[in-house]
Amino acid sequence: MKRIKLVLLPYSVYASIFILAPLILVFLYSLRGPDGGYSPEHYLRFFDLKDPIYLKVLARSIWTAALSTVICLLIGYPMAFILSRMDRRYRDLAAFLFVLPMWMNFLLRTYSWMTILERNGILNTLLGSLGLGSVHILYTQWAVVLGNVYNFLPFMILPIYTVLIKIDQSLVEAAQDLGASRSKVFFRVVFPLSVPGVVSGVSMTFMPAVTTFIISRLLGGGGNALIGDLIENQFKTANNWGFGSAMSVILMLLILAAMNIMRKYEGESREGSVLM
Amino acid sequence: MKKRKNPFPAVYSFFIFLFLYLPIGVLILYSFNHSKSRGNWGGLSLKWYQALFQDRAIMQAVSTTVSLALLSSLIAVVIGTAAAVGVYYSRKRIKNAVMNVTYLPLLNADIVTGISLLLLFTALGVRLGYVSLLLAHITFNIPYVMLSVLPKLNQLSKNTFEAAMDLGATSAQAFFKVILPEISPGIFTGFLLAVTMSIDDFVISFFTTGSGVSTLSVQIYTMTRRGINPEINALSTLMFAVVLTLLIIVNARSSRDAKKKNRG
Repeated sequence: MKRIKLVLLPYSVYASIFILAPLILVFLYSLRGPDGGYSPEHYLRFFDLKDPIYLKVLARSIWTAALSTVICLLIGYPMAFILSRMDRRYRDLAAFLFVLPMWMNFLLRTYSWMTILERNGILNTLLGSLGLGSVHILYTQWAVVLGNVYNFLPFMILPIYTVLIKIDQSLVEAAQDLGASRSKVFFRVVFPLSVPGVVSGVSMTFMPAVTTFIISRLLGGGGNALIGDLIENQFKTANNWGFGSAMSVILMLLILAAMNIMRKYEGESREGSVLM
Repeated sequence: MKKRKNPFPAVYSFFIFLFLYLPIGVLILYSFNHSKSRGNWGGLSLKWYQALFQDRAIMQAVSTTVSLALLSSLIAVVIGTAAAVGVYYSRKRIKNAVMNVTYLPLLNADIVTGISLLLLFTALGVRLGYVSLLLAHITFNIPYVMLSVLPKLNQLSKNTFEAAMDLGATSAQAFFKVILPEISPGIFTGFLLAVTMSIDDFVISFFTTGSGVSTLSVQIYTMTRRGINPEINALSTLMFAVVLTLLIIVNARSSRDAKKKNRG
């Protein structure tokens, strides 16, 4: 028995060096001043209220991610619902078809949207031939939202779908027997029971959307940089690792806060279902 | 009972699938386009596929990606399986501590994991290149292996190991002859997941690689920055075909296994 516990040792060493130590380094770097001593200057620079360029980027990142998440939820919930009502034979295949695009390199999929959306791209050629004029959304914030929705929609649909197919149908039948209308059955029974799926869908969409730097880079052009772009820039171009680390710490705290809010909602929905 | 079918679900699903598959269809279509410009259609041609196989940089990136994925997943499988077994037989407090650390790379943003490893490699003086990439990929692959193996271990009786020992097996024999066969489906799943994650990764590789060494994702990123190159379309079409084939094989395998189980 003692021997078998020893097999944990290599991993403990590995995890300490490659998981814990790097995160500690990020904290240390974020507090490193110009003279090598410790100073909060990077944080002060980020939260500078007189010239809030970084705060504006942070606000834009949160806003873009939140908008993308809401759109994913509005589009994804009905799809998950339809999927859960499908005939068992087609259901697995349909769910598989949602996963399949994720297996294609996401840079390529995002890049493909450039072909579709650009000035003389497929969309505008199509609209033009129908006599509908043209749209110019590439290199705007909307293109970033579209890229987010496109890339993360399956992450919204699948968790909701997984919860919906597990709902005990006798609860739905009971509500119907007691005379509830279809919309009442949905809003009073089905939806509350599916909240855990919604919560994990929302976090699986919001987290990657708020930290991305590829989608904003490819589809948003230069003017729609997100916090991820700023961090990437500090490490790859500006070479100010301290400032980049400070922004990474801020991003980590943001994600932590978002997860705590999510957890609270999940908890409330559980309590709610107990009361029901 | 049967009323006229509501057309809404079918129409709605159609548009969602159109949305999801449109960019993929566009990529595949344009990979056969003779013209270099994305704006016009110059007739069917395989010339981008030819150009692709003559592109040294892309071929180099493909071989780096494949060797990195296989090697990092193999090492992650060894460390991760050992860790899962260790965690399974540990006291609750140690188990929780180890699992909390294990979840960190999964919960953290890729960009944070990427820059944190970059800081580590710089601090340790590891030259950025294949070795740093390998270490980074092992790091984010281990959690997927552990999370695939642990459920299989949980299906096992805690006493299985002791029973084997009581019957005279050494601990190595007990592990390799009794435990390992039971958890091997989990190990296999973990390996496949790890390979997928490794091939799919861009962000962490982007921060932990050095000049001269590119994975396919990093190479694709460079290509999208430099401008339009239809070889990308040919490459993505081939990758999609490979993934689709692999998925069909794996699915056929698992449904065959499921049938076997049902019969047995």
